[in-house]
Amino acid sequence: MWKWLHPYAKAERAYQLCNTFLPYFAVVTVVSMLVGWVWGLGFAPADYQQKDSYRIIFIHVPSAILSMGAYSSMAIAAIVALVWQLRNAELAVIAIAPVGACMTAIALITGAAWGKPMWGAWWVWDARLTSELILLFLYLGVISLYHAFEDKKAAGRAASILAIVGVINLPIIHFSVEWWNTLHQGASITKFNTNAVDPSMFWPLMVNILAFAAFVGTVTLIRLKNEILQREKHRPWVRQLLNRG
Amino acid sequence: MNPRRKKRLLVIVAILFGLGSSIGLVLYALQENINLFYTPSELIDGKGPNKEKPFIGQKLRIGGMVVPGSVDRNEKSLEVSFKLIDTGPLVTVKYQGILPDLFREGQGIVAQGVLIEPNVIEAFEVLAKHDEEYMPAEVAEAVKGIKHEKPKYNLDSGN
Repeated sequence: MWKWLHPYAKAERAYQLCNTFLPYFAVVTVVSMLVGWVWGLGFAPADYQQKDSYRIIFIHVPSAILSMGAYSSMAIAAIVALVWQLRNAELAVIAIAPVGACMTAIALITGAAWGKPMWGAWWVWDARLTSELILLFLYLGVISLYHAFEDKKAAGRAASILAIVGVINLPIIHFSVEWWNTLHQGASITKFNTNAVDPSMFWPLMVNILAFAAFVGTVTLIRLKNEILQREKHRPWVRQLLNRG
Repeated sequence: MNPRRKKRLLVIVAILFGLGSSIGLVLYALQENINLFYTPSELIDGKGPNKEKPFIGQKLRIGGMVVPGSVDRNEKSLEVSFKLIDTGPLVTVKYQGILPDLFREGQGIVAQGVLIEPNVIEAFEVLAKHDEEYMPAEVAEAVKGIKHEKPKYNLDSGN
């Protein structure tokens, strides 16, 4: 496996790999997002007690899942960056961070918009909401720590350490609704054996989760390409690429 | 794996383990305080190993299910009182204001207010809690026997 992975430690090969993956991710994003939103927002039946207001689930849940998914990917990249000291992994950390931060912000904002009509409050200091807010601060911490250093090597290392330390928050977010009394309801879709979400709503939700995952992948790949180019801008292959373009 | 990488990996694992256990201990110590609300039985019987009861005048949140048939609306004002239950004792909540749309008999709610008697709370905020189940109305009717009806107000009682 190492022999197979090794060439991608080189920036140029990693850049090419991004280019190869990018169209697939982009196509999946566009198709599944169109299908998911039209199906979920237009055709899925209304909920028995929340009526049409529940439809925000098709944006809230995917963004919340991806806010945590993006964080775990970022933390894995950070571990690789620290242990194997691959520069590309450092770049991946900083490429994912703003995307994950946006997902977290979307989850918080849609959650507030959902909470006001259903619960009766925009915001409650409940364990689930608070830990998700901390996740946003962790993302912002990683981003600002990276930009606080002149020396990008030190910056990558500092940001990676913070990214790894923040992993502790992920199980807290996930289990907060079980460990404590919260206003936020329990998990609906991560308990696979229960039928908490009716199939007519479950499948459009799944399509939307796929769409958000592909979207995060697409934007991360574009950002990673940029980071690689910027970091390697004095290398001959980048100059060649830029002159050609 | 070469020794330097191994060492770095071990350091990371050690940091994560140390931090994880310390945060775990902090959360364990704060466990009772992170709970958003008291349940009615915790309010009456006390909570935690020491059976600590809240004192009269304490600001707190209470969460439970609205007992069907217990909602008493004042016809002249927004005053409303209802009883909450979880597994045993009942707690009365008095509130003046607009209730959320999801507020119904049998619905889970969280109320924030001041304890004025051991089992009476004067609430200044009532939030509705909904469960993690989502289904179309027909399915809900078939599976749970729930038929969604708008709450009835005695609008013509004044005539």
